[in-house]
Amino acid sequence: MSEAKGHIEGSQGDRRTVFYGLSTCIWCKRTRQFLEDQQVEFDYIYVDKLKGEEREEAVEEIKRWNKAVSFPTIVIDDKECVIGYKPEEIKKALGL
Amino acid sequence: MSEEITIPPDRVDRVYENLDKWAESTGYHLNPDQEFTRQLVEGLLINRQRYGYQSCPCRLASGDKDRDKDIVCPCAYRDPDLEDWGACYCALYVSDEVLQGERTVQPIPERRPVEKQFP
Repeated sequence: MSEAKGHIEGSQGDRRTVFYGLSTCIWCKRTRQFLEDQQVEFDYIYVDKLKGEEREEAVEEIKRWNKAVSFPTIVIDDKECVIGYKPEEIKKALGL
Repeated sequence: MSEEITIPPDRVDRVYENLDKWAESTGYHLNPDQEFTRQLVEGLLINRQRYGYQSCPCRLASGDKDRDKDIVCPCAYRDPDLEDWGACYCALYVSDEVLQGERTVQPIPERRPVEKQFP
């Protein structure tokens, strides 16, 4: 399993991509794998591994984009968001 | 940061086998993609260890059993999601159509009311 937070380097790094997931969620695993396969540079945050204030802050940030606070939630350039494992939508949002 | 929880593979296999038997005996089917399902079972066991109950691996649990009772697997939304989408939210359970390959599983929108998660 992964750390609670981290950064993945990639050749597709011209947008700031933040991946919010749960470490136990299979759809999150698939989405993260897809981002890595596409060589997207991104920050990842596993909200289930956060506690207290740090978790609350992450939840508040997700709520701005996804009121249901479901996972995965991918925020791109602080402008748009893709909810769920949706490779085609992610590609479109990232211009891949 | 939380402690890393690891579940021994033979335990995952055992729970998977029992869950499969139980599902079939109650008229339900687990997802036939064994690797996919195995990872979900592992997620359930991680949550059991973390919170003391098997909350859905694809939802953020609060740690309060009473508040999370609707997302303890099998969750309160399993039947309507099976009906509408052919799978429950995390896709641990699938419908006959999916089992027979007549329908594929797509990501399922969250049906749990937001007030349940944030009362």
